[in-house]
Amino acid sequence: MTMPAVTPPAAAAAGGPAGSRDERPPGEPRRIGYLYLAPAFLVFAAFVLAPLLHALWISLFNWDGLTLATWAGLHNYTQVFADPALRHAFLHGLILLLFYAGLPLLIGLLLAGLMARARVRGLALFRAVLFLPQVIAMVVVASMWRMIYDPENGALNKLLRGVGLGGLAKDWLGDFNWALPSVGLVGTWVYFGLVMVLLTAGVQKIPSSLYDAARVDGAGLVREFFAVTLPALRGEIAVALTLTTIYALRNFDLVYITTKGGPGDSTSVPAYQVYDRAFQTGAVGSAAAIGITLAVIIFAITFVINRLGER
Amino acid sequence: VKKISRALAALTLMGVVAACGATPGADTAKKTATPAATTTATATSGTPAPAATPDISKAGDVTLTVWDQEVRGGQNKEMTQLNAAFQAKYPNVKIKRVAKSFEDLQTTLKLAVSGPKAPDVVEANQGRPIMGSLVKAGLLKPLTSYEQTYGWDSRYSSLLLDLNKFSSDGKDFGSGDLYGLSQMGEIVGVYYNKDKVPTPPTTLDDFEAQLAAAKAAGDVPIQFGNLEKWPGIHEYESVLGQVADKQAVRDFVFAKPGASFDNPEFTAAATLITDWVKKGYFNKGFNGTGYDPATANFTKGKSQFLIAGTWQTATIDEKMGEKAGFMLMPGKDPASPVSLGGESLPFAITSAAKNPDVAAAYIDFITNPDAAKVLVDTDNLPAMKGAPAPTSGLSIQVADAWQKLNAADGVIPYLDYTTPTFYDDISAAIQKLMGGKDSPQQFTAGVQGAYDKWAKSR
Repeated sequence: MTMPAVTPPAAAAAGGPAGSRDERPPGEPRRIGYLYLAPAFLVFAAFVLAPLLHALWISLFNWDGLTLATWAGLHNYTQVFADPALRHAFLHGLILLLFYAGLPLLIGLLLAGLMARARVRGLALFRAVLFLPQVIAMVVVASMWRMIYDPENGALNKLLRGVGLGGLAKDWLGDFNWALPSVGLVGTWVYFGLVMVLLTAGVQKIPSSLYDAARVDGAGLVREFFAVTLPALRGEIAVALTLTTIYALRNFDLVYITTKGGPGDSTSVPAYQVYDRAFQTGAVGSAAAIGITLAVIIFAITFVINRLGER
Repeated sequence: VKKISRALAALTLMGVVAACGATPGADTAKKTATPAATTTATATSGTPAPAATPDISKAGDVTLTVWDQEVRGGQNKEMTQLNAAFQAKYPNVKIKRVAKSFEDLQTTLKLAVSGPKAPDVVEANQGRPIMGSLVKAGLLKPLTSYEQTYGWDSRYSSLLLDLNKFSSDGKDFGSGDLYGLSQMGEIVGVYYNKDKVPTPPTTLDDFEAQLAAAKAAGDVPIQFGNLEKWPGIHEYESVLGQVADKQAVRDFVFAKPGASFDNPEFTAAATLITDWVKKGYFNKGFNGTGYDPATANFTKGKSQFLIAGTWQTATIDEKMGEKAGFMLMPGKDPASPVSLGGESLPFAITSAAKNPDVAAAYIDFITNPDAAKVLVDTDNLPAMKGAPAPTSGLSIQVADAWQKLNAADGVIPYLDYTTPTFYDDISAAIQKLMGGKDSPQQFTAGVQGAYDKWAKSR
């Protein structure tokens, strides 16, 4: 890496005050700006860009992590869509989006809408309590919910039996249909507080004159929400969705601790497959390909969300 | 501006080249090419006459880095004691112990052994996923010459040695060179509650009758927690050992030619265990119950039986005391028991070990008759032949069962050793089988498919 040493003088010479007198239209950033960028860029390149490119390179091979790899071309990527186990994992990831991003947003909006209407006393405390799940380490959350979901001694089934709804008691994490929603609901529990805090913060900056105007025009609770609150929260919603989408798709710890992808493969998600293939079954190339695909999907979804949010 | 962005582009490109560089794995391949060749040379030159035991006290100052996963209660105790004793015997050797949990070791071992600062002695789990891959990559030293020097072949029963063997290309499991030695024996057997089962069943028919009686009395016959996915392997294979021929199971795990999973015997075992599920012989919702909660339910007297490994002996003994009993899974003939079992993770020597003689002496030291005594004193089950019997607690029954099982040559190895991905394949398949999602036929055919996929790429 001798280039960085060369770059600064060149930048200084070209972008220095002497050389930049008249070539540059007003407002055009000066070339010396690149010099300021360099340190951050170098750190980024060393710790993010290089590993990313390295992963991209590995994803083109069949590699067990130990012996000499063989060239696979794009086979690992076609497998992402051709291998039913991986297709299911990605499908589960998308379903979890509803629980991680969709439901928290709905709950958050509902609470924010209510708070816009009436200024709640002790709001700070209320917010802090709902935000608490965010503060607890995911490992703790997952272990706790494992206990809650235990079919015999778990709190959930005991509660259901206690109120006479024993018929609804289930083998939550062991049922082929219920395991994924059960894992998803833990995500909802963790993230709705985050979404709510973002949205209530947004609500507070909406000028109250808008609400007064709406009320003068005879708008009810619902009308007020759709005409004033929702449009004003567009930016906050975009931020909330971006964050929760990323959490949803990179979700690993929750699945690892609660179900290990089971029963069968009904809660297997891409991030779990990455771990499993890279560290357990010696399919490092495939793991890298899944990771890259996941990154691309996350990027695409957040890009769309932000485009819609900025409109 | 153009010049600078070109410079930046060049910089980025350099980054790309630096990041990608050579084919993944080229480093390891280069590094191990020569050592592998030399070890074979020494191995062959050592074969004619078994060399005398190397004198470790004359080896100079040596630091031996050991990675193990013996972190639980009694295991940690025996490891600490034996390490201290070894260092006291050879003051010139310093042991640098790196203790990790089982899962931690499994995930980091390959990276560590292939890295620049590889440890000297590691616990490399049996089977193709770990030991097989390391042997294939030339990262472990064959111990055949040491086996002769120290007489290890007479220290263990032959199956226990086979479990730690691979051909030098890593292709054949269960034969070839010895790559490690284990300290402890393991059996997956049946714990029972003496209050509820005064006379333990001795045959499979008796056992089923007892299960039916328990169910009829409103009790939970077998407590089972399969949330972690792997416990199902123990449940299915315990039954499999009584229904199928033990050699057929061994041949399948060792991937011998002609061995298969999709055969009538293996399907019959699957049918039998699904029958047990249908008859309510297991607690409801076992796929969603954790392994430890299930054990806790058993110790609290919530079931008659628990199918579990001998690693649970200490826990169960502590909670239940005299009320707990242990037996091998009852089969067709009480005189020739068959049980899922094996041995703890084997200690192996890495190719990078600077002083393999010292490493081998260490492995000998922690598995010799004196070590067996330490193992018994610390509530462990020694895998070696002729180990002293424990004098108190549930361990007496466990040690007794181990002796009986080995005398009858009845150990069948864990199915998940079979292929690098078999742990995932079989554990998910058993959850589907016992959860009622797959029929026994779909189960054996599906598992066979996963096996064939690997066999083809072998």
